[in-house]
Amino acid sequence: MIKDIHNKLVNKEISAVELAQEYFAVIEKKDKNIFAYLTLAKDSALEKAREVDTKIARGEAIGILEGIPGAIKDNICVAGVRSTAASKILDNYIAPYDATVIKNLKEAGAVILGKTNMDEFAMGSSTENSAYGPTKNPHDLQRVPGGSSGGSAAAVAAGEAVWALGTDTGGSIRQPASFCGVVGLKPTYGRVSRYGAMAMASSLDQIGPITKNVEDAAIILSVIAGRDDMDATSAHSSDKNYEKFLTGEVSGLRIGVVKNYIEGLGKEEKKIMDKVIADYKDLGVEIKEIELPTAAYALPTYYIIMPCEVSSNLARFDGIKYGLRAFDHKNTKLDFVPEDRNLIENYLDTRKYGLGAEVKRRIMLGTYALSSGYYEAYYLRAQKVRTLIKKDFEKAFAEVDLILTPTTPMPAFKIGEKTQSPLEMYLADIFTITANIAGVPAISIPAGEIKIDGKKLPYGFQLMAKWFDEENLLNAGYAYEVNPHTN
Amino acid sequence: MLSKKEVEHIAGLARIGVGTDEIGKFSKELSAVLDWIEQLKEADIKDVEPTANITGLDNVSREDTALNFLGKDKIVNLFPDKKDNFNKVKSVL
Repeated sequence: MIKDIHNKLVNKEISAVELAQEYFAVIEKKDKNIFAYLTLAKDSALEKAREVDTKIARGEAIGILEGIPGAIKDNICVAGVRSTAASKILDNYIAPYDATVIKNLKEAGAVILGKTNMDEFAMGSSTENSAYGPTKNPHDLQRVPGGSSGGSAAAVAAGEAVWALGTDTGGSIRQPASFCGVVGLKPTYGRVSRYGAMAMASSLDQIGPITKNVEDAAIILSVIAGRDDMDATSAHSSDKNYEKFLTGEVSGLRIGVVKNYIEGLGKEEKKIMDKVIADYKDLGVEIKEIELPTAAYALPTYYIIMPCEVSSNLARFDGIKYGLRAFDHKNTKLDFVPEDRNLIENYLDTRKYGLGAEVKRRIMLGTYALSSGYYEAYYLRAQKVRTLIKKDFEKAFAEVDLILTPTTPMPAFKIGEKTQSPLEMYLADIFTITANIAGVPAISIPAGEIKIDGKKLPYGFQLMAKWFDEENLLNAGYAYEVNPHTN
Repeated sequence: MLSKKEVEHIAGLARIGVGTDEIGKFSKELSAVLDWIEQLKEADIKDVEPTANITGLDNVSREDTALNFLGKDKIVNLFPDKKDNFNKVKSVL
């Protein structure tokens, strides 16, 4: 898709300004119902598009992403643009600088249309935790788009952006990609700098692309990947052009499948997964049964490590330096006289009114698990189990090149279906969370549709690869996409 | 099950104001998650080293040099309450 649009720009079939305006028109028309965007950046988008048009008019060559309009999840800072992370506590926050990924995208000439809705501070699996209201799934407006990067996935699926960025701490790029029928890539931990992304759980967070196809994901990754002095956890790697690994040739590749992941699925989901496996066999892939015995611990491990890191990272939202301070909050009815409150009470008030229920739950859970006397029983134990899970993956990757799983247990659920039970919501991430715990790269690719209530709902499969082996990961996804499938 | 007193204590540590009507709900929800993560006790972690950084990076350091941040005014503009260029807060003592 990006390449086609790029060619149209180069051949002057459309100008970059017209292209941006076209996308804003689609947003105008569709987003009333879908609510993928929290903030639009029309002026800066059109200004960027004009720059690209000037270059084209001068006969200069343009890069593959120049003039291509995309959307950014609202927890990633774009200088001068409101960045709320879908939280009331940052309702008035204007980002004072660009995240490194944004700097790179701007240098590559990309046009940024706006900021997308999400679960507050990326905590959730449906975007229902947004303080501004839920995004709807473009395939069925009664259903969630997934989350937390639900706005980004819905925007790409609805044609309101060519590409989007999301963040993925436990599946927040891949799960919404699967629910919305688009491609979502979580790179290896450290592959992409997180500088300028609002930290949720620092040992798990990663930024990645949500796109219409695998080739586009490779194009975006090539721009955003690489070592950055501003993120000490970003990995040294030579600059890579990921598109050049997309040969579509996968004969002889070994893909591992965990039998009970597939056996445990519903009938329709299993049928789709069996077909994906058959398709890969047809392409000459060797399918091997593997086991990940400690992966069953990934979800509870995540629900210790993540809230602990959340409780520490979100301590910064205290109403002192920026964001909401409860003394002047006009949208909530304060049940106290602000002038009578002291500093500590000011913190308590600010966070009481500024943060949503799920964010509070996770901060409190983490505070409890890290409090005196509990550290070893919770955080340290979880970090040790993390080592076991990593070893499981090392063992598996000695036998296979990639691991194939469903992205989610089922397609998109209904709005309101899981909000009463936080635990049930957490289970939506059961297949995606292991990749974050193990730090490996993973991608969700549309595999089919399941008809429910007369609507065709997308369903995706997930591939995971060895640490820093995005090449094989993307190429295997590409091979699936470009080759004919069995019926 | 976390007692109401424990929830109040944790909320205080986390600097989150909690209304009396919310304490019961948080106690129930947090306890449900804590019960569920108990299953980690089954994992055999004897002689296992903890993993903090999954890709194995260790002690990344850089030169201790000052960088010139150009967005100073933008930062000051974000202060919720200010006098001149000072951030105005409740008295600390």
